[in-house]
Amino acid sequence: MRGRYLPVAAFAGLIVAIQMATHFTGSGYHLTQLTMSAYYSLLAIGLCLLVGYAGQISLGHAGFFAIGGYITALLTTHDLSSRAGGASRWLAKAGILSARIDLYGGELLTVHPWVACLVAVLATVGIAYAVGGPVLKLKGHYLAMATLGFGVIIYRIVLGTEFLGAADGISEVPPFAILPGLEVSGKAALRVPNYYLAWGLVIAGMVLLLNLIHSREGRALSSIHGAEDAAEAMGIPTARYKLSAFALSAAFAGLAGVLLTHYNGGIGPSEASVMKSVRYVAIVAIGGMANLWGTLLMSLLLNYLSLRGYFGTYDDAVFGAILILIMLFAPGGLLRRDLLEEVRDVFRGNGEKAS
Amino acid sequence: MKLLSVRGVSKRFGGLQALEDVSFDVPQGAIKALIGPNGAGKTTLFNLISGFLRPDQGSVVFGGTEVLGLAPHQIAARGMARTFQQIRLFPRMTVLENILVGRHLHSRGGFLACMLNLPFTRKEERGIRETGSEILDFLGLSGQADAEAVHLPYGQQRMVELGRALACEPRILLLDEPAAGLNIRETAEMGRLISRIRGRNVTVLLVEHDMSLVMDISDDIVVLSYGQKIAEDKAHAIQKDPEVIRVYLGEGDA
Repeated sequence: MRGRYLPVAAFAGLIVAIQMATHFTGSGYHLTQLTMSAYYSLLAIGLCLLVGYAGQISLGHAGFFAIGGYITALLTTHDLSSRAGGASRWLAKAGILSARIDLYGGELLTVHPWVACLVAVLATVGIAYAVGGPVLKLKGHYLAMATLGFGVIIYRIVLGTEFLGAADGISEVPPFAILPGLEVSGKAALRVPNYYLAWGLVIAGMVLLLNLIHSREGRALSSIHGAEDAAEAMGIPTARYKLSAFALSAAFAGLAGVLLTHYNGGIGPSEASVMKSVRYVAIVAIGGMANLWGTLLMSLLLNYLSLRGYFGTYDDAVFGAILILIMLFAPGGLLRRDLLEEVRDVFRGNGEKAS
Repeated sequence: MKLLSVRGVSKRFGGLQALEDVSFDVPQGAIKALIGPNGAGKTTLFNLISGFLRPDQGSVVFGGTEVLGLAPHQIAARGMARTFQQIRLFPRMTVLENILVGRHLHSRGGFLACMLNLPFTRKEERGIRETGSEILDFLGLSGQADAEAVHLPYGQQRMVELGRALACEPRILLLDEPAAGLNIRETAEMGRLISRIRGRNVTVLLVEHDMSLVMDISDDIVVLSYGQKIAEDKAHAIQKDPEVIRVYLGEGDA
């Protein structure tokens, strides 16, 4: 309990410090990749809960990200003005539809981003329940393969569906005005507020997940990870808990997909690719599996480096290699929570505990 | 009053008749032991009672209701806790956290309430931790509260598992070989602990190989051999039962 929020404050300080640094060095353009990294991090911390704490692997979370992103993209770009009947006028009045002018001066009537966001996240969660129900009965490699299969299906669907833009994806997604004067968009003038909005949401997500893991529900998830039969014997309905964790992590992924799609102004099939799913799992693994902070810091760093192009054409290979190396040499994850204690023990010459 | 009633339970694994028409009762407040040579079906019977296995035939009535066909967590919710022959502590969790999981059935904060850390979940968490510390005191393990449970000495791991089950405040506690792997001193300690459990208003059904422990603490004993009940009596009478002696020591030729 003590000190749960201290790291949150420290992390918020880091976010401010990074922005200050880019401001004073005149390199504000870095904030764009850092903002994108924030939305990927939202997915990563949700996945950390599922993989690290509940112990259920998913190689299909890029699929949930894409479902969120594609639904909001479709709803906010699909023009309904041609069927402006009574119903759509009524919907427009209720604020469900909103009118705007497109790039070429034509009038568009589309679903309001708030409504689209809500629909997208709820649909993602719904699909997670539908897929998770049967799939989470599997364990280990079988669960990995089944979720991988789910990811491949979503990828092939978005790649092969004409009205989802096929290989081009969906572009010209409008900004998402979350509050008056605060919109999720990639406009250069809004770079700083968007950076803070994105990381503010990540921090809020962290607080929610930190609260969860330090509660009876978090302990229930960890107990399933450790010894499922013993958890059952303690009265924990393990199947339901696994499904809830799956759905919650999918909600984080779906929301991340919605926000990044509005930020980027579009989404393409590569967001649904299996290599993206591998990347997210690699980040959780290098972050220490059951370590939300490790996952968050690694996600911030690696996504930023990747988006800035530091890994060049080896981008996917880097994340694949990370996953292989972690599994080979540190299957419990690299930044494990007890790593610090072990290092401390070594310096104190207290080697026996490390055995 | 009968708290648990096992009636005509049979279970077959392929060609092996693991249990055949086994019946017995566990009265409220008793410490009842289930003994028998290896392979007699004791653990199978435990798994049937606690819902981890389904029997081919028979019925298990617990607290007046049929529990056969319920999932383990549903049976646990009706007031049955158990330990495992192979210790099943939660890794990556401290001794205290392991015990806190045992309070699951006595708390109710859901995902959303816990994520938002609502006042009622905070209050609930304080209560969970108070009970957890009380149980650590009862076990004499308060000093190890923050140690990782799976790194404790074996004997203490057994005690943590027992404490975790006690945290459920069960009406009946099923102990599967609580003294397995313990040395003489630890076994005696475990025996004292189990006797003290009775003071917590818990009925105990245990499987155990250590005869001195069984004779010391049990009121009644059921003897299984090759899946069948061959005797059921008071502890002192069981020791003189010729059938039990034959099963345990073999047929005397001399």
